[in-house]
Amino acid sequence: MSSLFTYTLRIADSSLILGQRMSEWCSKGPTLEEDIALSNISLDMFGQANGFYHYAAQLDGTKSADDLAFLRNEREFFNHQLVEQENGNFGTTIVRSFLHDVFNFLFYTQLANSKDETLSALASKSLKEVKYHFRHSSNWLVRLGDGTAESNAKTQVALEELWMYTGELFEMDALDTELLNLGVAVDNSALKSEWDKMVNNTLAKAKLTRPEDAYMATGGKKGLHTEYLGFILSEMQFLQRAYPDAKW
Amino acid sequence: MQNGKINKIWELLNTVPDPEIPVISVVELGVIRDVVFSNNNYIISITPTYSGCPAVKTFQDDIKICLKENEINNFELKIVYAPAWTTDWMTEGTKEKLRKFGIAPPSNIVICPQCNSKNTSLISEFGATACKSLFKCIDCLEPFEFFKCI
Repeated sequence: MSSLFTYTLRIADSSLILGQRMSEWCSKGPTLEEDIALSNISLDMFGQANGFYHYAAQLDGTKSADDLAFLRNEREFFNHQLVEQENGNFGTTIVRSFLHDVFNFLFYTQLANSKDETLSALASKSLKEVKYHFRHSSNWLVRLGDGTAESNAKTQVALEELWMYTGELFEMDALDTELLNLGVAVDNSALKSEWDKMVNNTLAKAKLTRPEDAYMATGGKKGLHTEYLGFILSEMQFLQRAYPDAKW
Repeated sequence: MQNGKINKIWELLNTVPDPEIPVISVVELGVIRDVVFSNNNYIISITPTYSGCPAVKTFQDDIKICLKENEINNFELKIVYAPAWTTDWMTEGTKEKLRKFGIAPPSNIVICPQCNSKNTSLISEFGATACKSLFKCIDCLEPFEFFKCI
């Protein structure tokens, strides 16, 4: 496996898994408009994942984009652990999206300058959509945090539960560093200060308290996941596993 | 000869409607970026509107059918991501077609396609398709779709 292949796969995996999680809201959204919004965002995430998977498949030369999405096991997925966390209540979903959207916005802004033309093009494309997602999640975060005592309390709990999965977003491993030195990858650690600023800004508007940095979970990049990923994959991959190469 | 055929292909593509907004063609939508002749093949470059837009697959199929019906078989559809699609590529003529169809065209000011009032408000940032959001007119009270600027 080339480093570029793995790097591309990591980006695709986070988009796919977050998209899958958001699609679970389809027909269960708190309002009709919100149901449509979450499904729309989910579709964008699948579209972004598809672009990166196609590029990964092209780099690999033996597997298709669908093979990569539907025929890999849990330990072969490299998404951030944040995106596989449960939907919880609507507030949990919004907090999870918000934390990831801010990261994605900063990440794609940098990746758009990558020396790798395909990554740069996919990042520029994704960035337009992520800006819209960020507006959606940050507006909701403010409405929920600065809403009723109950919505504030639930959103605060979600923030505290999910905070430990934010450390991983900024990690750099040997593969990242290798590609960073070639001008291909993004320096994730350098995104932290801007992420802090944007997150703090919205949390203040939302009257939510930023949790203390304590234990931070890690492992997504190595294929280590929380218990949830296996369940997501078993549902998402069922059809291709049960009926290999099924088409419709 | 090939240039003539390339023009013909553009003409044919201009008859393929957007699956969601049938009053405009895929050419008017701005998703056809280029048609070139290379290695005995016409390469048609297509850029997606939104990454996950399901209409992209549909209009790719529609394009294939349209060209084959017109006895053009040596072509290839290629997806390109850069430069990313933007509503800036829509001409005034295309915007007018959208307006007549009841969709407010992309613009900094959202104008009601029914009564031309600028007094409108957002209902939902997300609509029936990825490219549109929902608005209502404060004056004539009609709800309508707005083609998002991207």
